[in-house]
Amino acid sequence: MYLKKNIATSESGFIFNPSSGDSYNVNPVAAEILQQLKQGTALAAIKENILKDYEVEPMRLEQDLEDFMNQLKEANLLEN
Amino acid sequence: MEKSDNLTTIAVTGLNAIDSPGPGIAVIRALRDGLAKPLRIIGLSYETLEPGIYMHDVVDKTYQIPYPAAGSDALLRRLQYIHEKENLQLIIPNFDAELHNFIKLGPVLQTMGIATFLPTQEQFDVRDKINLFRFGQQQGLTVPKDKIINSIAELNSCEESLGFPLVVKGKFYDAIVAYTMEQAQKAFYKLSAKWGFPIIVQEFIDGTEINIAVLGDGKGNAVSIIPMRKLYITDKGKAWAGITLEDDKLIKVASDFVNATNWKGGCELEIMRTKKDELYIMEINPRFPAWIYLSAAAGQNQPAALAKMAMGEAVPVFTGYEVGKIFIRYSWDHITDIKEFHQVSGMGEL
Amino acid sequence: MKKMLYESPSIQKLNGGMMNKFGTRTEYEPVKQIDGVAVQTMMAQYGSPLFVLSERTIRRNYQNAVRAFKTRYPKVQFAWSYKTNYLNAVCKIFHQEGSWAEVVSGFEYRKAIGNGVPGNKIIFNGPEKTNEELELAVNNGSLIHIDHFDELYQLIILSDQLNKKPRVAIRVNMDTGIYPMWDRFGFNYENGQAFSALSKIVASGKMELIGLHCHIGTFMLSTDAYATAVKKLGDLAWKCKTQLNTSIQYIDLGGGFPSANTLRGSFLPGTDNVPSVDEFAEAITNGLLQLGFGADELPLLILESGRVLIDDAGYLLASVIANKRLSDGRRATILDAGVNLLFTSFWYDHKISPAQDFTQHSEDMVLYGPLCMNIDVIRQSINLPILNRGDKVVVHKVGAYNMTQWMQFIQMRPNVILIDEQGQTHLVRAAENLQYVEQPERMPEHLKPIDL
Repeated sequence: MYLKKNIATSESGFIFNPSSGDSYNVNPVAAEILQQLKQGTALAAIKENILKDYEVEPMRLEQDLEDFMNQLKEANLLEN
Repeated sequence: MEKSDNLTTIAVTGLNAIDSPGPGIAVIRALRDGLAKPLRIIGLSYETLEPGIYMHDVVDKTYQIPYPAAGSDALLRRLQYIHEKENLQLIIPNFDAELHNFIKLGPVLQTMGIATFLPTQEQFDVRDKINLFRFGQQQGLTVPKDKIINSIAELNSCEESLGFPLVVKGKFYDAIVAYTMEQAQKAFYKLSAKWGFPIIVQEFIDGTEINIAVLGDGKGNAVSIIPMRKLYITDKGKAWAGITLEDDKLIKVASDFVNATNWKGGCELEIMRTKKDELYIMEINPRFPAWIYLSAAAGQNQPAALAKMAMGEAVPVFTGYEVGKIFIRYSWDHITDIKEFHQVSGMGEL
Repeated sequence: MKKMLYESPSIQKLNGGMMNKFGTRTEYEPVKQIDGVAVQTMMAQYGSPLFVLSERTIRRNYQNAVRAFKTRYPKVQFAWSYKTNYLNAVCKIFHQEGSWAEVVSGFEYRKAIGNGVPGNKIIFNGPEKTNEELELAVNNGSLIHIDHFDELYQLIILSDQLNKKPRVAIRVNMDTGIYPMWDRFGFNYENGQAFSALSKIVASGKMELIGLHCHIGTFMLSTDAYATAVKKLGDLAWKCKTQLNTSIQYIDLGGGFPSANTLRGSFLPGTDNVPSVDEFAEAITNGLLQLGFGADELPLLILESGRVLIDDAGYLLASVIANKRLSDGRRATILDAGVNLLFTSFWYDHKISPAQDFTQHSEDMVLYGPLCMNIDVIRQSINLPILNRGDKVVVHKVGAYNMTQWMQFIQMRPNVILIDEQGQTHLVRAAENLQYVEQPERMPEHLKPIDL
């Protein structure tokens, strides 16, 4: 799963989807995940990276990531 | 940010200069015309697409503020934050729904060094449509007869005392003209479902609508009165164009109202002139109308006068204005960038 | 390297017309302690969910209400409305402060007696009073507020049997401009029923007519209605004096003052549109002083306030059980306290605060209770920081009606504690257990054996 190529992400936590015109606000952990998705990092590697950098239990991160990826899919931000 | 002594900083709400506009942009235009000092205008906005936020030559900086329903406490905290950055001297609120909070906060704002020039809660309440008829009766003002009802059964007595057609009105908004009992009942159910009780049933007054922009000094004097008739309206009933009128009877109705209430601040009287030349006060909006710049154009700059009075300057009662001045409202597609929209949405200021 | 603080990833669409959250964060500042006692400590000791009552707030509310009325009118008496919260510890605080008891059933009546309230300081209201209960009240010299003609005749017969004169008042209902009008209790003023009842009482010679009572409604947001009620009761009192030769000793205006809770569907938060006790006192006492009674014959003013005195003294502490996302994308948070404990969430938008620090990101969410029932919703929509499993929340202003209207349904009722004025916690009602709930049950012999 990859972020669509034309999605613009800003440092300050804003996402803009030029094909729909929709804008989104994300929190720092979400911005980090999106950044890595954009670079083509695989989900498993993203998980490792977050676990390394953040104070979080693996079980919780797994649950959160699944929820987050679902939201990205709902928002039509992912490449199939 | 430079903060020289002679800079006046005024915060204004109602930046929604859209098809059914708020008065903010017109108020700012009048302030910029009428106040000599260098001005810094702070916009206060509720939504992220209020055009004024992005009109940087009209509004210097805008802050989002919490919706009125969040309460006065939330508003005060936000204003404290804004005040710290901007050193506000005056706030001019322009929405009916926010006035309750600003009136309540008036004394606190004053201790912070921020002036307001608003009606008292009591003045605000008497012109509420639930109280208007009784207030008018007491003060000898001509207002349409009405009955406040809570049940469908009471509609029958309205027929006797008001006759058809009559106007069925919701507690907060909406009015439906009913020509038969059946229509009145339908309107009753519709409006009570939407706005709750009570329902106001009002005598139908046929005639020509006239609007009057009024500025009261809070001591019973009308500093300025500008009557206007809409020349054309939009499909939403809003003014498309309007013209200033000369008529001593209209001036008298407005000054009688200010006299009876000691109204403080700006307001708009909606008047109906019948074929027999009776003048009914239909509604009183407790703030400047969206067409308020016409007052400045006609020679009585009400927003500037309000600002001066709020900041302690004595303002003499205006005499004379240009009759036959016309405003024509037009729309303009303002251009901005997604970055600005993100900034307002995410950071709450621009 | 130290790891960074984690927060669940969150993405929210920006809408042009969306409610902005700037400045609204006061809604959810963390509430980590109540009267100086840490929420976490209380929950560790007494479990979750947990009702907490502040003795300091109860006493402060009571003293403030007494001050508001007594500084305006010489003769004032409060009577604690038992149904609002009849935990004995709560009742005792009010009785220590000088409040009488106002009860609406034999059960509540006996509770008041058990709490040491002298019979002549108990007001007995309500539509149902059995013969046995009335007999008790008559013998104790309690103030019996008659609700209907059947009760009036019941009392006439009883007074014959007991050979005693019951001390009575009638409950009056009336149009005070409030909708809906509460006309199901008492005798109507406008159609003359009330005066007819008063005349019958006096004519019977069997009862001592001493007062007039009304309770015009609940959660009243207008002080004018009370002024109207005073006028109408005053008119009746005059008629009693001039036409029935009976002086009315007290006027009981019931309760109905609102707390600062926000009613569902109300535009402004409760803290902004609820009149203060002082404003009610002003309207009521002004009305009383204008009735035309001389200084020596002014009636005693009785108030049966409940909600306004206790609502903000009660808190419900709860824990997050789980988070989930609903089919429409909304976040849902499940708490261990639901409508079984928080009956008032059917008509209030209760203020709810997290009990721990959180970051600035928040989301609109639904708050559910733990019941396996679709109606178990605490807040349909509330903007809160993202809560994790195990996080604690504080529900505010729950002191009125919840600890009497709660249900033993699916779950059992939890501990209730009181924080005294020194900051000590006391268990005032222990959590229910299986034994307590099953204690009144009886098992027919033939259902005992079971073989699965």
